[in-house]
Amino acid sequence: MHTELRQPSSPTKDVLLEATDIKKSFGGVHALKGASITMRRGEITALVGDNGAGKSTLVRCLSGIHKPDSGTIRLDGEVINFATPNDARKQGMETVQQNLALVEELAVWQNFFLGRELVHGPFRTLDRKLMKKTAADLLKNLAVNVPPVTSKVRRLSGGQRQAVAIARAAGWGSKIVIMDEPTAALGVQETAKVEQVILTLRDSGVSVLLISHNFDQVMRLADHVWVMRAGLSVAQRRTSESSGDELVALITGAKAN
Amino acid sequence: MPTQTKADAPPRQTPPLIAQAKQVSFWAEQAAPIGLVGLVIVFGILSPTFLTLGNIRAMLVAAAILVVLSVAQSFVITTGGIDLSISATMTVGAVGFGLAWQAELGFVLAAVVAVASALVIGLINGLLIARGKVTDFIATLGTLSVATGLALIFSDGKPITVNSSELLTLTSGSLGIFGYPIILAVIVGALGWFVMFRTRFGLHVQAVGGSEESAVANGINAPRVRIAVYLISAGLAGVAALLLVARVGAAEPAINTAFLLNCIAAVVLGGVSLTGGKARIVGPIIGALLLTALTNGLTLLGVSQFYQPLAVGLVVVLAALLTRFQKK
Ligand SMILES: Nc1ncnc2c1ncn2[C@@H]1O[C@H](COP(=O)(O)OP(=O)(O)OP(=O)(O)O)[C@@H](O)[C@H]1O
Ligand SMILES: [Mg+2]
Repeated sequence: MHTELRQPSSPTKDVLLEATDIKKSFGGVHALKGASITMRRGEITALVGDNGAGKSTLVRCLSGIHKPDSGTIRLDGEVINFATPNDARKQGMETVQQNLALVEELAVWQNFFLGRELVHGPFRTLDRKLMKKTAADLLKNLAVNVPPVTSKVRRLSGGQRQAVAIARAAGWGSKIVIMDEPTAALGVQETAKVEQVILTLRDSGVSVLLISHNFDQVMRLADHVWVMRAGLSVAQRRTSESSGDELVALITGAKAN
Repeated sequence: MPTQTKADAPPRQTPPLIAQAKQVSFWAEQAAPIGLVGLVIVFGILSPTFLTLGNIRAMLVAAAILVVLSVAQSFVITTGGIDLSISATMTVGAVGFGLAWQAELGFVLAAVVAVASALVIGLINGLLIARGKVTDFIATLGTLSVATGLALIFSDGKPITVNSSELLTLTSGSLGIFGYPIILAVIVGALGWFVMFRTRFGLHVQAVGGSEESAVANGINAPRVRIAVYLISAGLAGVAALLLVARVGAAEPAINTAFLLNCIAAVVLGGVSLTGGKARIVGPIIGALLLTALTNGLTLLGVSQFYQPLAVGLVVVLAALLTRFQKK
């Protein structure tokens, strides 16, 4: 690890992820008009902006769900083009989507391993036992009311669902974990737990991208913050050199950049 | 609060059968087995022949084709789709078998031709739906007509007589009261169950049916899964075609609409929701047995053939109403 980590915004080799001039339209809706963002290695980067600013769309471009119309994404200096979410996962990027991307009809453990199930034996049958056990172990650290891993997601509370999605993303020993409003539906205790998870991830060397509307949370957790407005990245700050009030001014446009 | 760590608690909070039976949802979940038992009791009392070994054997043989088609349809319906072309695909398979047999290719090659020609229809369905984004209902309604037409064109509208000793063995052979057709159908069912509930592919089928968006976000190739289920459906329709030719003794370009309606009915009876995401294999198989027992019992009681579709329809509508009370 480098010691000059805290140097203010200069593009260094500490940049792990760099998205430049990302554009994405849906029909006539220009969701992203050239958004950029950088994430530094081992830091928590926050992304803030009003509803509809394009945060989730940018996240979906980063995680391989959407293909940007133009712009480049660099991971560790290399240009990447994710064709599917699995490509992003293989590169060590996990995402908690805002909609959680859970299948309600499936059990918790099935959701946990969806798309990368563990198999065993000559017929490559699902290793149900191992998957249930692993899911239960990972979930235990996170949820206050741990749901049984065999229950269908449909039967879980909103907070429990969120815990499942977060534990799923956090459990893979990845380089980058992106969380799109991970504490939106959570109670006080659960929020504290999730914040603890985010800090633990950071301390173990994972870089985290946190989307949040909670400025206290952003100031408390993040090292760096990017502000989006109407499909563009309009400002970035070290949280140590900014304040919640300044972020509000940047988001609304009261302060330009 | 029950937590995962309390492993010393009894395995599941399954209440005893009596307590379960007081809830409507229990009856809704178990509609097919309860219906089957009910029918067997009623027909057993009303008709002295119904529960004879000979009749049970005949019923099981008669159920084989419907069981195979129901397993096939179950895969498609689990993804939230529907295969309306399934019986027409079976007809194409039958005609394919007949033509290959006529060309003296022998039983094995003719069977391969049957399955392969059925798979062509399945591939067209899959591509139309997964790549062309045509609604399942419309796409398979189209191929239903196309397949029926092709079968008529290739056979020139005439049945092709097939005198195959292998097919004769298939219809008449048995182990005890279990004729070869039902044994084949049960093997198909067991394989279907295994694929659906014990393989990655089966889980992906359920995931795509449950929420395509979430499945895709987790790296599942939804179009590929959709193509695969239509191939499975068509391939099994090809297998069913062999049973059909064996039973009739000829490859007929008949329309076989009853099979289509009954296999969808069996799947619904078996507790599979047409909206997808909820997989069942045993339920639809029992549903298929139920519908066969219903037709058989009515015939034994001397009820006119005209009343049979009416009875099947009533049972299906009743089952559909009951599914409203299924646990979510
Ligand atoms: N799949 C889509 N099809 C059409 N429009 C879309 C789609 N996804 C996003 N949009 C539009 O793009 C814009 C940005 O949406 P996005 O979800 O990225 O906002 P956001 O910043 O995440 O907002 P929030 O804080 O409410 O989550 C919105 O106007 C939205 O309606
Ligand atoms: Mg959003």
